[in-house]
Amino acid sequence: MKYSMLSKRLLYTYNKIHKCGISSHYKKEWQSVVGLEVHAQLNTESKLFSGAENTFGGLVNNCVSLFDAAIPGTLPVLNKKCVELGVLTALALSCKVNEVSSFDRKHYFYADLPAGYQITQQRAPLANDGAIHFQVYTPGIHKKPYNKSSKIKQIQLEQDSGKSLHDAELKRSLVDLNRAGAPLIELVFEPDLEDGEEAAALVKELVLIVQRLGVCTGRMEEGALRVDANVSIRRVGDPLSTRTEIKNIGSVRGVAGAIQHEIERQQSILENGGHIINETRAWDAIAKITIPMRDKEVVQDYRYMPEPNLPPLRVNLNTIEDNEDVISVPLIKERIPELPEESRTKLIAKYELRPEIAVQLVNEPVLLEFFQKIIVEKARNPSKVANLLLNDLLTVLNKRKINVTYCPITVKQLEELVDLLLDKKISLEICRKTINELVENTSFSPIDIIKQKGWLLITDEAEITKNCVKVIENNPKLVKQYKEGKIKVFKALLGILSKTTDNKLDMSIASKKFEELLKK
Amino acid sequence: MLNKSVISILNKTKNVFQFRCFSSKVPSIPVQTLEKKETERIKLDTNTISLLERLSLVKCDTDEGVKVLEDSIAFANKILHINTDKIEPLYTVLENQNLTLREDKITQGNCQADILKNAVLKEEEYFVAPPGNIPLHEVQIESNKQTKQVKNEN
Repeated sequence: MKYSMLSKRLLYTYNKIHKCGISSHYKKEWQSVVGLEVHAQLNTESKLFSGAENTFGGLVNNCVSLFDAAIPGTLPVLNKKCVELGVLTALALSCKVNEVSSFDRKHYFYADLPAGYQITQQRAPLANDGAIHFQVYTPGIHKKPYNKSSKIKQIQLEQDSGKSLHDAELKRSLVDLNRAGAPLIELVFEPDLEDGEEAAALVKELVLIVQRLGVCTGRMEEGALRVDANVSIRRVGDPLSTRTEIKNIGSVRGVAGAIQHEIERQQSILENGGHIINETRAWDAIAKITIPMRDKEVVQDYRYMPEPNLPPLRVNLNTIEDNEDVISVPLIKERIPELPEESRTKLIAKYELRPEIAVQLVNEPVLLEFFQKIIVEKARNPSKVANLLLNDLLTVLNKRKINVTYCPITVKQLEELVDLLLDKKISLEICRKTINELVENTSFSPIDIIKQKGWLLITDEAEITKNCVKVIENNPKLVKQYKEGKIKVFKALLGILSKTTDNKLDMSIASKKFEELLKK
Repeated sequence: MLNKSVISILNKTKNVFQFRCFSSKVPSIPVQTLEKKETERIKLDTNTISLLERLSLVKCDTDEGVKVLEDSIAFANKILHINTDKIEPLYTVLENQNLTLREDKITQGNCQADILKNAVLKEEEYFVAPPGNIPLHEVQIESNKQTKQVKNEN
């Protein structure tokens, strides 16, 4: 028994060494290549080609027109707002908007696609050739943010499908057509990303952009923005190898996790001499693995054909003349607000924030708004305000699992708290405790809570001196060491001082006083 | 001389006659067509037929079905040799018109009963359909469950 265990272990070690030996001997490093396709639901009242309501969570199968249910004899009529929002997004991402674009039918059979085809833009999309610039920074993974950009191949308008609920037990699908025909823009990016973190940063930036434009809610948890990722790996210098596609990833961290997992999966297959097959996979967010989907075993043939019911879509690229059927692109260009990249640059230039702080602040629109209000209302130290929001407020909210959007603390309370902290009336620790109290009891003002709990810092010199003397009397050994030249001991003494006073002393005054007393 | 003038008059009337004929789209004399008369008939193998069936969801593997399919291919093949390089395909005669745009207003929908009227199977207010593309491992888990159940029954 023992012998066989031992030999197994030896074999294992041998294999390990052997394999490592080979890989370091002639294999070059792996390089992963990632390209994204993003679908974003447009913020409109009605659907892309019908007058049915475009909403999330409506009564089942009620927001459906006869056209959406593909009843014969119905025809599509394009929603003007969808063209405007598509063009607005394209301009914000510096795309070239096409004067003429057209619609195509993409065929596939699926229970939640009643017509048997999706109307999309394949041959002549709304816009081409753009780029998105963003910062890659995940605290704990990257030490500093770095610039990255990804080219946009095209932006197109298309219909969403209905929704299916899969009932595995009874082997059937339940279909709700409320989403069928809802307006989407699809953004196709070139495969110029390298890993999951870059892809996640791109998606985060895109969410911020579409939110600022008012084009899409960006709520990934509702499926308002969905990500497909194409992943392949190769040895440095080799041509691109077979790729797999991960469909419908529903969160920013999911994008990072799914791609990371897929890269590792492909690497281990190739290192063991296997082959990657071109397939569609799904991301299981709970098990944190990608799994193959049954569809697409053979290469799909979508039988694209021009949509015969829709003549070409034309836009006015040159003048600000807005016609009923030909919208003016220059007019839409005037509607572009400040974009996240510009906000970051401004924060860094104007308030001298560190780049990583600027990235985090812009990533949380609510906190950015707080920051701007707090800074504008009165000149306050921007770095300290940003730190308070990002470290202390966000930590408390995350611990209590409160979404930042629903932060119960008001700007006024935060301003008061910032002033108390900056005027050194409270310590950082008290500040955190106060935020915690405020979340529970929003009606109180910070100063009320602090006074009530007796958390105010003691700045009174006589009181501080009294405490210092006490510590000196109670620790003759340390004091003796200090006086003999062991200056390091001072820190220990200060620690005792703050501990014995429950952190209530203003330590900047106290340490000065303490030093004076010791040198006497 | 006389003969010549008669001929010229005849020619003129012929022109008039021809002119009158222009009102019809049907040419008065046979015109040469670009259509190829003889084309090789393409025979479809069973694999191709089953692929086409899967793509179109139309069953056509009967003798008659295959004949219709092969006839369609022969029909289309007659014009395949015509050179269409640099010619933009025409897909609608309305291509010079602008696509009509509609204001973003809710004007339709809110007719759940009508929408569900044709459904053969319903569950609450959902349509019931056969299962679609479910991730593979769900299917495996499911089959595991089934074997477990069978074991339990035993």
